[in-house]
Amino acid sequence: MSEITNQSLTSLAQNIKDKKLSSEEITKAFIERSEKSKELNTYISEDFSNAIDKAKKFDQNPNLNLKLPGIPIAVKDLFCTQNVRTTAGSKILENFIPTYESTVTQNIWDEGAILLGKLNCDEFAMGSSNETSFYGNVQNPIDKGLVPGGSSGGSAAALSGKLTPITIGTDTGGSIRQPASFTGTVGLKPTYGSCSRYGIVAFASSLDQAGPMAQNVKDCALLQEVISTYDKKDSTSIDFKRNEFSKELTKDIKGKKIGIPKEYRVDGMPKEIEELWQKGIQYVKDCGAEIIDISLPNTSYALPTYYIVAPAEASSNLARYDGVKYGFRAKGENLIDMYEKTRSEGFGAEVQRRIMIGTYVLSSGYYDAYYLKAQKVRKLIKNDFDEAYKKVDAILTPSTPSSAFKIGEKKDDPVSMYLNDIFTVPVNLAGLPAISIPAGHDASGYPLGLQIIGKAFKEQEILNIAYAMEDKINFKNNITDWWIK
Amino acid sequence: MSIDLKTIKHISKLSRISVDEQKAEKLAEDLSSIFEFIEKLNQLNTDKVEPLTSVAETSLKFRSDEVKSKNIREQIIKNSPEDNKDFFVVPKVVE
Amino acid sequence: MSKNKSEYLIERTNNIYEVVIGLEVHAQVTSNSKLFSSSSTKFGAEPNTQVSLVDAAFPGMLPVINEFCVKQAIKTGIGLRAKINKRSVFDRKNYFYADLPQGYQISQFKYPIVGEGTVILDMPDGQKEIGIERLHLEQDAGKSIHDMDPQNTLVDLNRSGVALMEIVSKPDLRTLEEVSTYIKKLRSIMRYLGTCDGNMQEGSLRADVNVSVRLKDSKELGTRCEIKNVNSIKFMQMAIDYEANRQVDLIEDGKIIDQETRLFDIRKNETRSMRSKEDAHDYRYFPDPDLLPLEVSDEFINELKSTIPELPDDKKKRFIEEFKLSAYEATILVSDIEISKYFEEVISKMGKNQDIKLAVNWITGELFAVLNNKNLEIAESPISAENLAKLVNLIKNGTISGKIAKTIFELMIDGDRDPQKIVEEKGLKQESDPKALEALIDKIINDNREKAIEYKQGKEKLFGFFVGQAMKASGGKANPQLINEILKKKL
Repeated sequence: MSEITNQSLTSLAQNIKDKKLSSEEITKAFIERSEKSKELNTYISEDFSNAIDKAKKFDQNPNLNLKLPGIPIAVKDLFCTQNVRTTAGSKILENFIPTYESTVTQNIWDEGAILLGKLNCDEFAMGSSNETSFYGNVQNPIDKGLVPGGSSGGSAAALSGKLTPITIGTDTGGSIRQPASFTGTVGLKPTYGSCSRYGIVAFASSLDQAGPMAQNVKDCALLQEVISTYDKKDSTSIDFKRNEFSKELTKDIKGKKIGIPKEYRVDGMPKEIEELWQKGIQYVKDCGAEIIDISLPNTSYALPTYYIVAPAEASSNLARYDGVKYGFRAKGENLIDMYEKTRSEGFGAEVQRRIMIGTYVLSSGYYDAYYLKAQKVRKLIKNDFDEAYKKVDAILTPSTPSSAFKIGEKKDDPVSMYLNDIFTVPVNLAGLPAISIPAGHDASGYPLGLQIIGKAFKEQEILNIAYAMEDKINFKNNITDWWIK
Repeated sequence: MSIDLKTIKHISKLSRISVDEQKAEKLAEDLSSIFEFIEKLNQLNTDKVEPLTSVAETSLKFRSDEVKSKNIREQIIKNSPEDNKDFFVVPKVVE
Repeated sequence: MSKNKSEYLIERTNNIYEVVIGLEVHAQVTSNSKLFSSSSTKFGAEPNTQVSLVDAAFPGMLPVINEFCVKQAIKTGIGLRAKINKRSVFDRKNYFYADLPQGYQISQFKYPIVGEGTVILDMPDGQKEIGIERLHLEQDAGKSIHDMDPQNTLVDLNRSGVALMEIVSKPDLRTLEEVSTYIKKLRSIMRYLGTCDGNMQEGSLRADVNVSVRLKDSKELGTRCEIKNVNSIKFMQMAIDYEANRQVDLIEDGKIIDQETRLFDIRKNETRSMRSKEDAHDYRYFPDPDLLPLEVSDEFINELKSTIPELPDDKKKRFIEEFKLSAYEATILVSDIEISKYFEEVISKMGKNQDIKLAVNWITGELFAVLNNKNLEIAESPISAENLAKLVNLIKNGTISGKIAKTIFELMIDGDRDPQKIVEEKGLKQESDPKALEALIDKIINDNREKAIEYKQGKEKLFGFFVGQAMKASGGKANPQLINEILKKKL
C-alpha cells in the first residue's frame, strides 16, 4: 500500500484512468497512513468515513474525464467546507460547521476529488510556524521537533508526509511558499484575483490568495488549473484568460530573462542560502535562460509595510467573531462584557496582538502616519516590480532566509518570527504570482527552497521555469517516516 | 516607538478584547518592539506617492438587482450559541 | 421664544440666539435586493427570513454590489442638482454592535458617489436654497429588539445590508418650518425619481439632526450635538426645540457644550447623551479591501440623466406658465408626484373648454378633505381623475350648480360613480329653461304680494328672500344666474 501514497497526483490519476487503481484503494491508502501519523498533528478534523463512501460511489460510476478523478485530498482548515467543521485553527470557531462551500474547494470536488479532512494551520493564518494554532503544533516530517512553517503548516506537513497527494493552502505573506520550502515541497501563490476568496476565512483581504501545494511542478500546475476560476461572488476576482497550465507546461525556457535582485542578499543570511541561490542561477543558465542583475530598491520596507496593512485589514475582518452569530461565546454580564470575554478567550495571543496592531494603526490620529504611509510604500514596492519587469520575465530569489527552525525557537520573539517572511511578503504586496520549489538541503539535511516570482497573470511562465529547474535540481526529500511506529 | 499601558487599554477597548494588567504589560512590550521595527518606514519620503489600496487594477463589477437568496433562517441561526429559532440572542442591551 | 415663520430665535434676558440646523437624512433605496447581497428588501417579513450568509457576515462571505442601487444614488444626485463623482470608494466604518454582524458598516467616507448640490424650499416668504454637502451609499444595520424578552436583546437581521442613501445637508436650516419643508421636499424629489418611497412609518426615511446655537448675527458656528435616528418630522422639531433650548441654557449658565451624540426620548420629550466620553467612538474608517473603487462612465451617467422625469421645481414652473396657476396652487399640486399626476389626468380628461381653476379648487378642497378624513393617499383616491373631470365639466357647462355638485360628489365617493349618471338618475340637472323659471317666479311673486310691494318701496334686502324661495321651489336645481335675472325683471 505504501506504494500508492508515494505516487504523484499525475500518476495516481493515470492509474485511475487506466483502471489499475480504484478511488477506494487510493483513499484507503492515504487514510491508513494518516491514521498512523497522528504524531504529526496535521489534521484538525478528519472526514475519513465519508471519504471512503465517496470513493466507493466514484468507483461505481467513474467519470474518467475529470482532472482529479476520485483523488482524495486534505485541505487547509481555512477553506469553508459544507457540513464539515471549519475552525481556521481558532478556538473561536471550534464548533463552526459551514452550510456552504468555498469556490476553490468546490472547484476541486467538481473535478472529482474527495475530501479527506481539514488540515492544521496557524490561527486565522497568522503565523510562520503553525505554532499559533489552537489545535497544537504540527511536526515537520523532515525531523522531530521541527516546525513545518506556516501558516499552511498542516498542509505542507501532510503533503511531504504523504498523507495527501496534493493539497491547497492560502498565502497572505508567504504562507504557502515558506512551509513548502521548509518541507521540500512545491507551493504556488497565484496572482491576486486568480483564485476566488469566496468561502475562505479572511485574514487580510487585499493580500490573501489560495494556491496549490504539490510534490512536483506538474501536479502543482494541474491543481492550479482546477482552482483558478473567475468568480462573480468575489468582487476582487479577475476575469482574465487562464491557461491550461498542465497541458501548456514546457521545460523550454531558452532566452527567458531572469532577474536577480541585489536587495535580497540580506545581512546575516546563512552562507548555504547564498550558495543555494548561486546554484539556482547556474541551473537556469543551464536551461538556456539569461541572468540579469536587477534592483528592487524598496525591498527592505516590505515587511514593515506588511505588518501595518495585514493587521489593519485583519482587525476589521475579525470583528465578526463576536459570539453572536456562530462560534464560541463567553458568558458576560452585558453585551460589551460578552464581546470582550469572548474575543479574549476565543482568540490566541498572536491573533490578539495583530488585532491590536491593526486597531492602533487605523485609529484616529495614527491613520496617516501608519496605514496611509504603508499604502504609499506599498505603491513604491509595486513600482519596483513594474520597473524590473520591463527588463526581465521573472525573478529568482531564495524562498526563505533560513531552513526550518525548531518548535519554540522563535515563539516568544514576534519580530524574529516575522523576519521569516522577508522574501515572500513583497510578492503579496505587489499581488504577483510566485512559486517555491525545493532546491537543496542545508547542513542538517533540511530542505531549502528557491522562489520564482512572475509578472501578474503569468503563472504559466513561472511554472515553466520551475519545471525546467526541477529537472536539473533532481531534489530528493530525506523523509524517514520517523513518526510511524 | 514605545506603546504605553494607557494606549494598550484604549485599543483593547476599541478591539473589544479584555486585557488584565499582566496581559497589557506583555502586549505593551510586544507592540513596542513591533512598532520600533515598523518605524523604519519613516526613512522614506512618500509625499508625492499615491496610496495603493488594491493591486487588482480593475473597477468594481456590478450585480443585477435580483432576489436570489431565499429564506434560510434555519441555516443562519443554526450555528448561533443561544437557542432560539427565530432570533440571534445577546445579553440585554440598555440604550 | 419667537416662532414666527421666517425667524426662529431663542430669547433670554440679555441675549438672542439663532439656531443652526443640519440634517443627515438616511433614505432607504428602493430596490428588490440588498446593496451587497441578493436577499429581499421587502418590509414586514418574519424575523431573519431575508438574511443571506453575506448579511449575517459568515466567515469567507464577500460583498458584491447591486448595480441598481448605484443607479438610484446617481439619479437622486441628479435630482439634487449635485455633482456626480465618477470614482467613489467604499470604506469600512468599524464598531461593535449586536445588530451589526460584520463588526463594520460598509459606507463611503472620503469619496462619496455624489458631491455638492442644492434643494430649493418654497417658504411662505419666498424661496430658500439649502446646500447639500454630499450623498453616499451605505448598508443599513439590523434591528435590536429590547422588549420581547426580559433577560435578552433579540436581533433581527432582515434590514441588515439594505441600501441606504445618506444625504447630508449643509448647516443651512434655521427654523422648524424649514426642517419640515426640507424633509418633505427631499421626500418629494425621491418619490418623483422612484429612488426612495419616503415611508417614514416603515423607517424608509430617518434623520440624524445636528443642532447648534449662536448669538444672533454671529458668523461663527457653535458646538453642535447630533441627535441620532429621529423618524418623524414632528419628533425632529420637538428634538430640535428641546436641544436648542438646552444648549442656550448651558451657555447662559456659563457652561460648555460637549460635542456629542444624543438620543431623543419621545416619551419624556428630551434629548440625552448616548455614550460616555471615555468610550468615545473611533470608527477607524479605511477602504474596504473586499471592494474595488466604484467607477462609472460619462455614458452611464448620461443614460441615467435621460431617464430623469420632470421634477417638482420644473413642474411647478410649467404649471404656472401652462395652466396659469398661482405659485401657491402649483406648490401644492407638485408637492407629491401622485398629486401632480392626478391633477394632470383631470386636466387631460376635461377636454376642451376646461376650467382649470375650478378643477384645482375641487382637488385641493373637496377631494383633499375626503382623503384627509379617510386617511388615504391620493393614489388610493375613491374618486378617479376621470370622474372628477366630468364633475367639473358638468359645473362648467351649467348642467349642475356648485351646490348640487357637492351633493353629487358625496354620492360619487362610494364606488367611484360617474357624476353624469347620478345627475340623470336623481334628476339633478339644473333648470335653465327661462320659460319654466318665469312661471315658477310668477307663482312666488303672486304668493308673496306684500313682500313684493315692500321690495318695490325700497326694502332691497328682500331680494334674497325671493331667490331663496325660487331655489327651494326648484329643489335646488334652478340656475341661480337666471333666477337673478328674471327676478330683477319681474320685481
